[in-house]
Amino acid sequence: MLNTVDMFEDDRPEGSDGADQMGHFVTGELDLSHGVALYLEDITVSFDGFKALNNLNLEINAGELRCIIGPNGAGKTTMMDVITGKTRPDSGKAYFGQSIDLTRLTEPEIAHVGIGRKFQKPTIFEQHTVFENLELAMKTDKRVWKSLMAWLAGDERDKIAETLRLIRLDKEADRQAGLLSHGQKQWLEIGMLLMQEPKLLLLDEPVAGMTDDETMRTAELFVSLAGKHSLVVVEHDMAFVEKLGGLVTVLHEGSVLAEGDLATVQNDQRVIEVYLGR
Amino acid sequence: MRKPLTIRILSALDKKSWLALGVFLALALVVVPVLHLNFPEDSAFHVSTYAITLIGKIMCYALVAVAMDLIWGYGGILSLGHGLFFALGGYAFGMYLMRQIGRDGSYGADLPDFMVFLDWKELPWFWVGSDSFGWVAFLVMAVPAVVAFVFGYFAFRSRIKGVYFSIITQALTYAAMLLFFRNETGFGGNNGFTDFKRVLGYSITSSETRLVLFGLTAVMLAVTLVFSAWLVKSKFGRVLTAIRDAESRVMFIGYNPLWYKLTIWVISAVLCGIAGALYVPQVGIINPSEMSPGNSIEIAIWVAVGGRGTLIGPIIGAFVVNLAKSWFTVSFPEYWLFFLGLLFIVVTLMLPQGLVGLWKKLMDKKGAAAC
Amino acid sequence: MKKTLIALLLSLGSLSAQAALDPAQVRQLAAEDSSEKVAAIRQLTQTADPDAVRVLKAMSEDSLFLAGDKVVIIDGDKAFDGATGEAIKMPANPESPTVNNRIRGELASALAALKLFDADATVRLASAQKLQSQVTPEMAPLLARALEKETDAQIKALLVLAHAQANLANTDPAARLAAVQALAETSSPTIKSVLLPLTDKAGEPDDKVRYEAIAAVKAIDSRLAIAENVGRAFSGLSLGSILLLGALGLAITYGVMGIINMAHGELLMVGAYATYGMQTLFRAYFPNAIDWYLPAAIPVAFFAAAAVGVLMERTVIRWLYGRTLETLLATWGISLVLIQSARVLFGAQNVEVSNPSWMSGGIEVMPNLILPWNRIIIVGFAMFVLFLVWVLMNKTRLGMFVRAVTQNRPMAGCVGVPTSRIDTMAFALGAGIAGLGGVALSQISNVGPDMGQGYIVDSFMVVVVGGVGQLAGAVWAALGLGIFSKLLEGWAGAVIAKISILVCIIIFIQKRPQGIFALKGRFVE
Repeated sequence: MLNTVDMFEDDRPEGSDGADQMGHFVTGELDLSHGVALYLEDITVSFDGFKALNNLNLEINAGELRCIIGPNGAGKTTMMDVITGKTRPDSGKAYFGQSIDLTRLTEPEIAHVGIGRKFQKPTIFEQHTVFENLELAMKTDKRVWKSLMAWLAGDERDKIAETLRLIRLDKEADRQAGLLSHGQKQWLEIGMLLMQEPKLLLLDEPVAGMTDDETMRTAELFVSLAGKHSLVVVEHDMAFVEKLGGLVTVLHEGSVLAEGDLATVQNDQRVIEVYLGR
Repeated sequence: MRKPLTIRILSALDKKSWLALGVFLALALVVVPVLHLNFPEDSAFHVSTYAITLIGKIMCYALVAVAMDLIWGYGGILSLGHGLFFALGGYAFGMYLMRQIGRDGSYGADLPDFMVFLDWKELPWFWVGSDSFGWVAFLVMAVPAVVAFVFGYFAFRSRIKGVYFSIITQALTYAAMLLFFRNETGFGGNNGFTDFKRVLGYSITSSETRLVLFGLTAVMLAVTLVFSAWLVKSKFGRVLTAIRDAESRVMFIGYNPLWYKLTIWVISAVLCGIAGALYVPQVGIINPSEMSPGNSIEIAIWVAVGGRGTLIGPIIGAFVVNLAKSWFTVSFPEYWLFFLGLLFIVVTLMLPQGLVGLWKKLMDKKGAAAC
Repeated sequence: MKKTLIALLLSLGSLSAQAALDPAQVRQLAAEDSSEKVAAIRQLTQTADPDAVRVLKAMSEDSLFLAGDKVVIIDGDKAFDGATGEAIKMPANPESPTVNNRIRGELASALAALKLFDADATVRLASAQKLQSQVTPEMAPLLARALEKETDAQIKALLVLAHAQANLANTDPAARLAAVQALAETSSPTIKSVLLPLTDKAGEPDDKVRYEAIAAVKAIDSRLAIAENVGRAFSGLSLGSILLLGALGLAITYGVMGIINMAHGELLMVGAYATYGMQTLFRAYFPNAIDWYLPAAIPVAFFAAAAVGVLMERTVIRWLYGRTLETLLATWGISLVLIQSARVLFGAQNVEVSNPSWMSGGIEVMPNLILPWNRIIIVGFAMFVLFLVWVLMNKTRLGMFVRAVTQNRPMAGCVGVPTSRIDTMAFALGAGIAGLGGVALSQISNVGPDMGQGYIVDSFMVVVVGGVGQLAGAVWAALGLGIFSKLLEGWAGAVIAKISILVCIIIFIQKRPQGIFALKGRFVE
C-alpha cells in the first residue's frame, strides 16, 4: 500500500475525462437561485466493503459558514474528496448550485467552476516562491498556451500584493515557500485559495499547527469571508469552531449524526456518546 | 499583459549566459572550421576530423540530454524510452540519406540496397517522398511528435506516474527495437541504414559538409538552450515544476496536468528527433540498437551526472560521460561498463544534484568561508 | 555375435521350413537389373515365409552369393542353398550380387514387414510401429495376412492403420473408401499427407472416396490443431512459470518493499551461473553423480543470488528507500557491473549447461504432441517455489515482520521489529528467488552474461499487470502472459506477438491502472 501511493491516484470511472479538451472546460454556470450552494444526497462510498460514506445528506447555503466535526474515520476527508472529484461516489448525487453535477467533472473542472480546497496537510509548491505560489493559483485562463504566453499585468500584481498583505506574508514574497513555518504554510495555502476566487471553500483542519493568535486571526478571516463565499470547515479545535459561529454538522460512520449550533450539538446525547463513549 | 516576444526571449537568459552562448557559437562556427581547414594535420593547432565527429556527436547527445532534462528535471517524469524518439528522428533522416545514395549502392539499383536484397520491387508506402529534404525534415519532427502524443495522451490520461511510467516507456522502446529488427518492417533490419554518400547533393565525407553539420548542431543546441530557458522561466515552466512537486494541488487550483505534461513530453520528443537527424549524417549509421533500453537509460545518467533541473547540467553531463566513454573504449574497453555502472551508483548515492550541484555547494562553502 | 545369430536363425529356418521357396524367385534376387531385384524382394516378402526372412536377411548382411545358377548363403566356412536352406558344399567362386542403396532400403522395409510375423509380440509391435511411416501399396496383402494372424489388440490397431494406408492405392473404390474411413480416426501429420492426394480429382477419381478423404483430412486437421494448441499452451505455461519465478522475486522487492530493482534479471543470471558452476564441479569431482548436479545447484543458486542481494541492499539500496526513481538508476548501474563481472569471470560467450539425463525426453500425449520433461519439471518447480514463498510470507515470523514493515514502518519499529534487518532479509529473499529462477532458466535457454536483460522487461510487465504487492496477482499475470504470448506467437510470429503483448498491456493499464488485483481506498494517495 505504501508503494502505490506515488504511482497512482485513485481509479476513475469511464467517461470522466471526456469534457476537458485542452483544458477548456465545458461546464454549466453556477446557479445559486435557490440559495443552495452545495447539495449532497445519499452519497455512499465504500472501499473494499468498508463504507466510508453511508447515505450522506448535506446542504450548504450560499454564503454560509458551516463547520463539520466528527471523530476519526467519520468520513470528513472522503466527503471532501467526493466534492472535489478526487473520489467518485458509488451512488448518490452531488450538485454545486442548481445545475452543476460534481460527479461528472474532473478535479481541474471542479476547481474552475469555483470550489477551492485546502488540504489537511498544507500542500503548497515548496520549490516556488511565495509570490509564485499565489501567481499560479490566481484565477485566470489556465490552458497550456495561455500559460506559455502569460506575462503578469499590473492589476494582477496588485491583486497578489493585496493577498500577500491579507495573509501577512508580504515580507516573505520572494522566499521559497518550503522554508516557511507550518502556520505560514497554512496561511499561504489559504491565500492560494483566495486567489482562485472560489464560490465555495473547503477547508480541512485549517488551523492545525497554528499558534492561538494565528488561530484567532484565521477565524476572523473566515467570518469576514462568509456571506460572499460559502465555507465548509472541518475542524477538531472546538474553541475555533465556537469562534466561527454558524451551524455545526456532526459526522459519524459516514453519515450525519446531528446538526445545529455548537451548543445544541454539544448537548446532544448521541454526540456525547460518540465522542466520549469509546 | 502583452509583451513583445523578443523581449521575453532576451529575458530568458541573463547577460553572462548570453555572453557564454556567444562564445560557444563563435568557437563552433568560426574557430573550429578555421583550425580544421587552415592548419596542416601535423600542426598543434589542427582540429582533426575525428575530434569534429566526436564533438558533433556529443553535441547531439547534449541536445537529447537537454530534452530529457525538460521532462525529467522540470517535469519529474523519468522517461526510459527517449532513445526511441532519437532513433525515429535518425531513421526519418536516414531514409533521405539512403535515397541520396541513388545508384551508387553495391547493387546499382534505384532502391536502397537492403530492399534489393529482400527482393522488393518498389518502395513501401511510408518511403514515399523520402527523396525530398523538406518532407523528411518534417518527418524528423512529426514522427516523434505523433508517437509521443499518442503514447503520452493515454499514459498521462490514466495518470500513470513515477516508476510505472518509466517502466512502460522502457517497454515501448523495447517493442520498437524488436519491430525495427525485423527485415519486413522496411528499415533495413539488423543493419539499419549506412554507407551514406551525399546530403543535399554534397559528399557526406567532405570536410566542408562535416563542418556545416557540426555548425548546424551547435546552432541547434544553442537555439534549444534559449528556447528551454524561456520555457522553464515562463508560467508554463512554473506550472510544470508545480506538477512535479504537488500534482494534486495543481489540479485543485484548476490546471489540468494532462495537457501540461503532454506538451512538454511532445516538445522533448521532437527535440530528440532533431538530435537524431543531426546525429545520423555525422556518425554515418543508424540501427535498431539505438532503441535498446540500455541506451535510453544512459541518457538519464548524462542528465543526472550534470545535474537535473538546470539547463547547463545535462550538457556538461553528456560531455563528461561521453568523453569518458570514448576514452575508455579506446584504452580500457573491458572497464567501461564497470565505470558506467559505478557512475550510476555513485551519482545517485552521493551527487543527487550532479556536478552543477557540487559546484554550487563548493561555491557556497567558499563564500561562507570568505565571510 | 551377429554371425552366430544369423547362423541360429538359418538353422531354425532350415529346420522348420520344409516347403522351400520358389528357386526362380530366389534366383531373381541376384539378377543384374535392380528393378528385378526389387520385384523379387517384394514377391518374397509376400510369402511371409520364415525362409524369406532368412534369405533377405542374408542379402542385407552381404552374405548372399551367386554360384553358377544357384543362390547360396555363405556363413563363414559353411554354405547353404538359398531356396531350400540345406547345407551344401562350398561353391568354387561365388559372386556377390550388387546391393545398392535402393535395394538396401527395400530390404530394410521388407525385413521390417516380415517381422510382423515374428513369434515375439514385442518384435511385432516394434515392426508395426515402424511400418506406419513406410507403407507401400504392395504390402497390402501381406498386411492383410498379418492382420488375420494377429491376436494382440494394440498391434492389431496399428496394423489396421497400415493396411488402410496400403489400401489407399487399391483399385477397388470400396476398399479405398474403407481405408479412408479407417484413417480418419487418426491424428498424425504423416497420415494426413498420405490422404492429401486423395482429396484431389487427379489423385482420386471416385467422388465418394474423395469426399470421404476431404472429410478425413479435415477431421485430422482439427485434431492436429488441438494438439498444436495444447502444445503451445503448455510451452506458454512453462514460459509463464519462468516469468513467475522472475516475478515472484520482484513481487517481494518491488511489490512489498517498493524497490525497483533493475538488476533483478542479473540475479537470475547469477543463479544460472551458479548452476553452471555446480555442473563443472560435479563433472570434475563426481562424474558418476553428474545427474545430481541440478538438485545440488538449487540451494547454491539461492544463496549465491541472496548473497549478491544482501550486498546490494547493504551498500546501495539501503540509502535510497523512498526514492524509487533513484533506486531504478542505481540498480541499473549494479546490473551493468554484474554483467561485466560475468564477462570477466566466465567470458563473453554463452556457457553450456546440459539437462541431467532424467530431464531429457518427454511424455508423448499425441503423435505430434510431446511434453518435454524439462518443461514439466520447471512448471512443477515454479509451483513448489510459489508454495514456499506463500508459506514464508503468510505463515512464518519473517513473513509477518515483512508485512508489518510494509504496512507501517515506524510502528513496526516501535513494537520491536528490527526493520533494517527485515529489509535486508526480504531483499535477500527476493534475490534468492530470482536465483532459483536462474536455475530453471539454465535448463531451457542459453546461459550468458546478457541473459538477464531479456527477462527484466517481461518480469516488470508481470508485476505491472498483476498489481503491486500482490502475490496472487503476480501468479495469474505470469501464467496468463506466458500462455497468451505463446499462443499469439504460433499465430503471428514471435516479434509481432511480443509487440502486441506490450501494446495490450499499455491498453490494459488504461482500464486497470492498478493491475488485476487493485488496492482501493484512502491509502491510495
